Amino acid sequence: MAVFVYAENINGVYKKAAFEAVSYAKAVADQAGDTVTAITVNPTDSSDLLYKYGASNVINIKDEGLKNFSAKAYAQAVSEVANGNVIVFPHTTDASSIAPMLAIMNGSSLITNVLEAPESLSPFQVKRKAFSGKGFMHAKSEGAAVILTVSQNAFGVKENTVSGSEEVKNLSVANEDTKVISHEQSSGKLDLKEAEIVVSAGRGLKGPENWGMIEELANVLGAATACSKPVSDIGWRPHNEHVGQTGKAISPNLYIAVGISGAIQHLAGVNSSKTIVVINSDAEAPFFKSADYGVVGDAFQIIPALTEKIKALKG
Amino acid sequence: MKILVCISSVPDTTSKINFTADKSAFDKNGIQWVINPLDEFALTKAIKLQESQGATVTVINVGDTATEPVIRKALAIGANDGVRVNLDPKDSYSTAKEIAAVAQNGGYDLILCGKESIDYNGGSVPGMVAQLLNQPFVNASVGLDVNGNEATAVREIEGGKETISVKLPAVIAGQKGLVDEKDLIIPNMRGIMSARTKPLQVVEPTSSEVKVQGVSYDSVPPRAAVKLVAADNLDELVRLLHEEAKVI
Ligand SMILES: Cc1cc2nc3c(=O)[nH]c(=O)nc-3n(C[C@H](O)[C@H](O)[C@H](O)COP(=O)(O)OP(=O)(O)OC[C@H]3O[C@@H](n4cnc5c(N)ncnc54)[C@H](O)[C@@H]3O)c2cc1C
Repeated sequence: MAVFVYAENINGVYKKAAFEAVSYAKAVADQAGDTVTAITVNPTDSSDLLYKYGASNVINIKDEGLKNFSAKAYAQAVSEVANGNVIVFPHTTDASSIAPMLAIMNGSSLITNVLEAPESLSPFQVKRKAFSGKGFMHAKSEGAAVILTVSQNAFGVKENTVSGSEEVKNLSVANEDTKVISHEQSSGKLDLKEAEIVVSAGRGLKGPENWGMIEELANVLGAATACSKPVSDIGWRPHNEHVGQTGKAISPNLYIAVGISGAIQHLAGVNSSKTIVVINSDAEAPFFKSADYGVVGDAFQIIPALTEKIKALKG
Repeated sequence: MKILVCISSVPDTTSKINFTADKSAFDKNGIQWVINPLDEFALTKAIKLQESQGATVTVINVGDTATEPVIRKALAIGANDGVRVNLDPKDSYSTAKEIAAVAQNGGYDLILCGKESIDYNGGSVPGMVAQLLNQPFVNASVGLDVNGNEATAVREIEGGKETISVKLPAVIAGQKGLVDEKDLIIPNMRGIMSARTKPLQVVEPTSSEVKVQGVSYDSVPPRAAVKLVAADNLDELVRLLHEEAKVI
């Protein structure tokens, strides 16, 4: 049972989600008594980084036509080199756009938002996230070939160095239907879905001018910033920071919620965070029921003080 | 221009999610059904194109008779007509296959979807439909313009945005940002009245093949009671995060 994994890179550099997907693929391969082959497109990073998480073979696709992302062209490329029973993807925006197209091309089953190593290989059965984090589903594949997308920060990155070898494949996939016109990347900002720590704030902050203290706390912690839905609806913060049922679902190690009431739709996107800290002036705020640690009080006093104390801890 | 909008009928966002006693299925008792919130962005975008470019908007849902109220709601919002494929779908693949079968002969220039439904969170139907129809696919779209037989879509990428031109016909999966939240259309009385007489065609499914089955379901285990720390004792919070939770 050959196990393949799509190792996503961004501008040639592997994402943390790629290492997590390789770690996951290695667990599946160990269960099956087989090895992992990683597939990657135009990387600049060394394949050593993938051997480190358990890929013993790396197929390095070189293709000028794939310089720009196209779900269809990428699915075509992966389909040309992957001929295994299991193909693992991270559940990132790009990978979860490729996976459904590939599933149709290959006639495979597709199970998305996977959380844990498989419960069984034959038939293939695995636990996945459902109902926006309000429940779990044990999904069974009806066919032998299965494509998975692994929910970010769920399985974790696990070092497992193997000796590996790299094979370069020169492909030239047709990429004519879509053309990238412009590409804006805000540099230096931590990716919200990959972040281990997220500092998030809601309407309790009163206005966009008060986000400086949230960013400062995030900086000190090496965290990404997020917000509740009304905050991005009013335009205090960009849409891509909105977390929840209709925004991004995240599962960092630490989620700090400041001035957020904890409505069910907000919780849906964040309740798989490992540790939740809630700071709210209203002792009755529903979020306290879903928190590990809580402080009842005014964010405008607590956040600057907390930032100083964490600075002191970090020395 | 002809637009097909895929809508799914999902539990209202405030729903408590419960499973049947044997944990084999989602418990539908007492659930209110709504148009999947991410599909609402796609539907509103389609109505805007109907207004600005004279497009016709057809909504499609794969579901049993219980989903007709959400189709009627989409008609009240402004879609011209609706199609229901008479199948209680069991997985993303069977849903996508039925949508593609209807789309195949419909001559649609654009198929709009929400990027995932908030019930089973498959996020798979739009890409599968695109591939079944051999059309280009843009996911996580936060902006869209149509100009003749070409569209310009903005898609969200990690840490940024990308603007792409796409040859039509194409499948675009949208999310918040495709239209502004404040522009989402709430049906008015005239819309609701006219929706009653708009055509809603029911077609039989082409197959019942599924690729993935939900064998059982679990609820999320509750968290232990919150530990409250006094606002003037933040050293204790820092200590707990550092020593107990070991997250900083
Ligand atoms: C279809 C649908 C989908 C939705 N999807 C989402 C989603 O994905 N994500 C999401 O977040 N929401 C979502 N919502 C909205 C959700 O229901 C809530 O309205 C929202 O989460 C509330 O945001 P908030 O907590 O920032 O604001 P509020 O409800 O206004 O709460 C603000 C909180 O700040 C506290 N506060 C005020 N002043 C201070 C202070 N000085 N210091 C500390 N605390 C203070 C208050 O006590 C209060 O608890 C959705 C709603 C619908 C209908």
